[in-house]
Formats: sequence, structure tokens, C-alpha cells
Amino acid sequence: MMRRRMRYIIEHPDRMLELTQEHVWLVAISVLIAMLIGIPIGILITRLRWLEGSVIGVTGVLYTVPSLALFSVLMPYTGLGARTVIIALVLYSLLAIVRNTVTGIDEVPRPTLDAARGMGMTGSQRLLLVELPLALPVILAGVRLATVAAIGIATVGALLGAGGLGQLIFDGIARGSTDRIVAGAISASVLALVADWALAQLGGRLRRDVQIAGR
Amino acid sequence: MITLEHVSKTFTSHGQTVTAVDDVSLEVGEGELHVLIGPSGSGKTTTMRMINCLETPTGGRITVDGRDVQTMNVVDLRRGIGYVIQQGGLFPHFTVADNVAVVPRLLGWPRQKRRQRAEELLALVGLPPELFADRYPRQLSGGQQQRVGVARALAADPPIVLMDEPFGAVDPITRKQLQRELRRIQAEVRKTIVFVTHDIAEAFLLGDRIVLMAEGRIVQNATPADLLRNPADPFVTSFIGEDRGLRSLRFTSLAELAGPAPPGARPNGMILPGTLSILDAGRELAAHRDAAGDGIWVGDTTGQPIGYLTFQQFATVLGESLGDDAETPHDETAHAIHH
Repeated sequence: MMRRRMRYIIEHPDRMLELTQEHVWLVAISVLIAMLIGIPIGILITRLRWLEGSVIGVTGVLYTVPSLALFSVLMPYTGLGARTVIIALVLYSLLAIVRNTVTGIDEVPRPTLDAARGMGMTGSQRLLLVELPLALPVILAGVRLATVAAIGIATVGALLGAGGLGQLIFDGIARGSTDRIVAGAISASVLALVADWALAQLGGRLRRDVQIAGR
Repeated sequence: MITLEHVSKTFTSHGQTVTAVDDVSLEVGEGELHVLIGPSGSGKTTTMRMINCLETPTGGRITVDGRDVQTMNVVDLRRGIGYVIQQGGLFPHFTVADNVAVVPRLLGWPRQKRRQRAEELLALVGLPPELFADRYPRQLSGGQQQRVGVARALAADPPIVLMDEPFGAVDPITRKQLQRELRRIQAEVRKTIVFVTHDIAEAFLLGDRIVLMAEGRIVQNATPADLLRNPADPFVTSFIGEDRGLRSLRFTSLAELAGPAPPGARPNGMILPGTLSILDAGRELAAHRDAAGDGIWVGDTTGQPIGYLTFQQFATVLGESLGDDAETPHDETAHAIHH
């Protein structure tokens, strides 16, 4: 039974690879853009505390909007295709990345910062040499969360013609081909698990490197 | 040289004005170690933190080598002042050598020179560089981390070092060891040091002067010996504690007690330098029982006799200081006297 269901994957390796690549690309580009926007916003919040409530609030609300709804809101402005999906994925990823950047920097021990200041580091030196390196594991945890969520949401993006593994699922539904649905669903799940594992490994290594000095 | 002239610091908390430091004037001479001590909330840490502009005074003036710190570039000022805090405040993601070389790095020293300097300083604070330079702070004990903290403060050879309860978080035995090390290092490098602590024993051990603070004010600013002999008020006495007699032995020199030699007497025993404290003199006698004569000859630095102290006088001083506390750890001293 299971073997028969996997038939599509086995018989169309090229197609599977192509769709997986599309999927990875969609997610990677989105999370990358979200990092480029979200990490600076997070840093800004730690400097201008009054921003925190509104920024976290807005990204939080964005996160709760169902993906189909967000797509249909964006579509009139951005049209069909990968662009709309990427914008949506960026918006979804912002919450985890912004919030974790703020938390990561907040968690840098006070004495460490005090020492940095007392030794004559400028504001940007403190940020680059002390705060960001020490916050990195927490920021990466946010990236990991965002990535796993984006892999799931990106499957829906196939509806807009953005490609990716969701394509198989919607094809399968249209043609009544369970094999395709299974192939798409399983591949997307495996992709999410692999991404989660890989980022966890990276995070674990970083955490070891910056582990806070014990008393 | 650091001077504080009528320095105050007030801040507002929950709508109330709190005075953390109240009209503090202080002068720390070159190469001296001044200890700021007092109960928590006495303003000692705030006073110290105003010197490298980690806090801004609301009144008065602070100068370093004659220059008003308020008018100086704060980053340059701090890079010229060593800073040690409790638990070292080491950067957990830097190796020990990189931690030590932080200020040289900020000052743009070349890599090679930074490394060499870090190794020099690790050796100075008793951490063999070949064992410690490439470790991370988490792989070090608390005491070792403190040593790295001290090395880091000295890295760019600043004339001034500020130390904020640097040994507060280590066990008593390690602390004593670190204090002795600091004395050794200070004898070698002669920095101008402001040292904050709440440990009176530490203050007596390290300070050239002790500045006792309470409620933001200086209660007494004196040498350790003066503080023991002439406490300004009952607060000072109570802060110094019950065993101040014992402590005073450490800060009273033989020369201060010695009187003229009896006519016709010649130095027949050993001659002890006049700079020796009573306590150390006692130890010295205990170590050379057979060499002792009728009394103690006190000499100047060249060994010329300048005074004399009978064993009876010596014993009286010890007896007064020790009181009726029979359980002193220094009974070897008393033993030598009755000999």
C-alpha cells in the first residue's frame, strides 16, 4: 500500500527534484529577506524601546492571518506568481525573527555589557563584537521557527503559480491522483524536518561556542 | 592622579529624588591604591563609575591628570582606564587571550603584538599562557576568570585601573590568594587604583588609603593605620569590627613604638627594620628564637640601630591588641615573647 503510494516519487525523480528546488528557493529567499529586514528592526527596538509594542503587535497580527487570506489581500497589488508568495512568507517570518532578535540581545548579561562599555567600546563595537554574537543562537532559533513555518505555508503558494511541492498536491487534487498528493505532502514534510534538524545542529554548535561563562 | 571635587549624583526614582553620592571630594595620587568601602547603598560603586563616565555626576568636577572627564571623549577616556568587575565580566565567546587583548584590539594594535601582550599579562597574573591563552572563559574556575579580568584591565598599560568588587564572587581561600597576587602585581606595576569592596579585611590588606562611605558621603578617609587608631566616629568603629586591635598590629610599625636605647647597651640581638609591622616582627622573632637578645633593636633601612623595644613593652602592645581573646591564630607570636 505505502509502497504503491510512493510510486510517483520513485518514477519521477527529476520532477521531484525540480519541485523541491523551487520550494527551497521560495523559502530560502523569503527567510533571507525577512532576516535582512527583521534583524535590523529587532536591533532598533532594543535601542528605541517605545517601538516594541507596536512592532511586535503588528508582526503578531500578520502572523495570525490565514495564508489564503493574505494571498488574496496581496494579489490585487502584486499579481500572481512567486513574488506574492515571497512577500507573504516574509511577512509571516518577521514575527519570529524580530522577536528573537530582541530577546537575544536582551539576554546578553548586564556585566558583560558593562565591561564592554567600561573598556571603551563604541555603540557599534558593542553591537558587532558583543551583542550580536551572543544573541546569535537565539536569533537562529527564530530563523529556524520561521523556516519550518514557511516550508508549510509555501505549499499553498502553488495556488498562485509559484511552483514548489504544493504543485503536486494541487495537481493531485485536480486529477484525483492520490500518489501526487502523497508525494507532495511527504516531500514537504521531510523538507521541513530536514531544515529543522540542520538549523538545530547549527544552533547547537553556536550555543556551545557562546555558552555563558559559569560561575 | 584622580581628583573628585564636591561630586554629587542624584537621580529620580518613582517621582522621588534620591541622592546616591553627596558632596564627595577625594584625591587619588599616582601609584596609590584607594579602597572605597561601605555598606550597600553607600554610593561607593557610583562614585567609582563616575570616574570613567559610566555614570554622570549631577554636581562637582572629576579630573584625571588635571583634565575634566566631562570634557573628554568618553571612549578615549575609558580606553585609558583599566576596568575590572565582579566575575570578570569576560566575553564568553572570546578566548582568554582575545579577552585580555580587547582594549589593544580597540586601539588597533597589530595581531602579533596583541597576542604577545596577552601572553605577557597572563604570565603576570599566574596563568601560564601555553595552558590558558586559547581556552574559553567557561573552561576556567571563578578565580581564574578573575585573574583574566585583572590581566585584561592591564592590557593596554593604562595608568589608572578601576576595580568594582573584583573578588566578591569567589570563595574565601581563592579571594585571599587573589588579594596577595594583586599586591604583588601592584608592587610591580604601580598603577593608580580605585578599588571598591564591602570586605573590610580586603580594604586593610590592599589599601594605601581607605575611604569609608555611608549614605553617599565620606565618613572617613585615612590610611589603614589611622583608621584603626583614630576612628572618626562609632560608625567607623563598628564597621571596622571587633578585631580591630588585631588588625592594628598589622599597621603599626616597630619604628612607631621604639624608644631610645638604654644607655650603654649595644645591639646584641638581631636588628629588625623599623618598617616591619608589629605582627610581622612577632613572626620574625618566632622564627629566630635563639637569635633574640634582651629586647628588640629597631634599625633603619641600612640596618643602623635607631631605637630599642624591650620584650615587656612589645608584649604589652600585643596583649592590649589581642585583648582576652586566647584563640588568636597568631599565638605563635605570643609564644616567642614569653620565651
